[in-house]
Amino acid sequence: MFITSFKRVIRNAFISFWRNGWVSLATILVMVLAIFMVGSLILFLVLLESTLQEVEKKVDVTVYFKVDAAEVDTTHIQDLLTRMPEVKSVEYITREESLRRFKERHKDNSLISSALDELGQNPLGASLRVQATSPESYGSIANFLESGNFDSIDKVNYKQNQRVFERLANVLNMSRRIGIGISLVLGFIAFLVAFNTISLAIYTARDEIGVMRLVGASSWYVRGPFLVEGVIHGFFSSIIAMLIFWPITLWAGPKARDFFAGVDLYSYYTQNFIQFFLVLFLVGIVLGVFSSFIATRRYLKI
Amino acid sequence: MIYFDNVSKLYSAGAAALEDVTFTIEPKEFVSLVGQSGAGKSTLIRLLLAEEKPSKGKVFFESLDVHNLTSSEIPFVRRKIGTVFQDFRLLPTKTAFENIAFALEAAGKDDAEIAADVPHVLELVGLADKSDYFPHELSGGQQQRVAIARALVNRPEVVVADEPTGNLDPLNTWEIIRLLAKINELGTTVLLATHDKDIIDTIGKRVITFEGGRVVRDEKRGRYIL
Repeated sequence: MFITSFKRVIRNAFISFWRNGWVSLATILVMVLAIFMVGSLILFLVLLESTLQEVEKKVDVTVYFKVDAAEVDTTHIQDLLTRMPEVKSVEYITREESLRRFKERHKDNSLISSALDELGQNPLGASLRVQATSPESYGSIANFLESGNFDSIDKVNYKQNQRVFERLANVLNMSRRIGIGISLVLGFIAFLVAFNTISLAIYTARDEIGVMRLVGASSWYVRGPFLVEGVIHGFFSSIIAMLIFWPITLWAGPKARDFFAGVDLYSYYTQNFIQFFLVLFLVGIVLGVFSSFIATRRYLKI
Repeated sequence: MIYFDNVSKLYSAGAAALEDVTFTIEPKEFVSLVGQSGAGKSTLIRLLLAEEKPSKGKVFFESLDVHNLTSSEIPFVRRKIGTVFQDFRLLPTKTAFENIAFALEAAGKDDAEIAADVPHVLELVGLADKSDYFPHELSGGQQQRVAIARALVNRPEVVVADEPTGNLDPLNTWEIIRLLAKINELGTTVLLATHDKDIIDTIGKRVITFEGGRVVRDEKRGRYIL
């Protein structure tokens, strides 16, 4: 009995989907817009997040040691830093490495290279490049280094960058918050539009719902096909939205990467194809079923 | 079988659509409800189908208080009452066959039963050759006959017809009335609401007359008198 009803509900949904072709098509198109919006927001957030991470990676505190600093002291400081929870990574750059990088950077400047040759010895000290887990932590790391009175440290380049760091931390936090805020607002608008389209489509069927009830159908038997239609709408809308994203990411992905220095959205799209589709599909189904559920409730009271 | 016990129905403006209505309908009766528009006939039918609740009094179908049922119990009562309306109320995206089959499907009947019963009632209303037509492809009289077939297919104990001929020409009107009389002869109770004088005078069965929401006359072999 239950299985028979279930099969009939599904069959009725497909028949109704097919026979109300234009309504189905219009509903799907509007839902594509909503789902496309959600997908765009996901891609936007991915791009924003990866750009911010890229920027954060470029930020670091460098500890310069004196030229004559003993290696015991430098490794001791490196150990202390590595143990701090705020520290993500510590890179030790030897004196030789510093010199090599310096030469590399100034290889076109003959004056500097000849001056170095003239000098005959390495004038540069070793250094530590410290990356923090978050931009806010640089202050405390620098504080620790300066208050420790380590003899071997020549200077910590935090003070000169301090204001830039603080402003950067603010900007990063702010962009994240604004990004998420805009996403929520746009997502909500898209949701409302799709919800109202489905409500209108069901409004046109309100008399039918009444007739079905008067002929003796239970409210679930009447409502079932509308919910299943919601799933069908969600399914097709998410597929269409997914297909639209292919040329868009292919075209805009590399451009956005060059501009924002984050990930290439096209490679994100291809690498996360299944997950991305599942998220859109889920959004589509929830949107379709939820809207149908709410919209039918009003007309089922008979 | 159907019992209205002191039923009143007030709409928001305070005007009474029904006032202290009491009557009983026995099994296998053919009862006509007569009265001008606004006399309360349709309200009475809506109360019987539990579409609306009475302001006062009780409506019984068999031994059930119709307005004391939960919304999941109501469909079981409705399956025992076949309904026919002035505006046909067929499902526009379903064929004649599917419209009739819907009542059986909703009642949980199996496919074999549906395949056997639907052609049978279509034959009964004379539309055996129209089973794959959509409502908009049928004439008004044909649509109403599909609606009657749908009302009959669950073998209801009562068929309730609210102005079933209101939208039809005289020829179709008589076909519908003849059909209802035949249904009654086969043992089904029929409740017919109408304001058509000719129909009432010809049928010669029990007539309950309404005026301003009250029962003013209830006669075994009534005529249309207002």
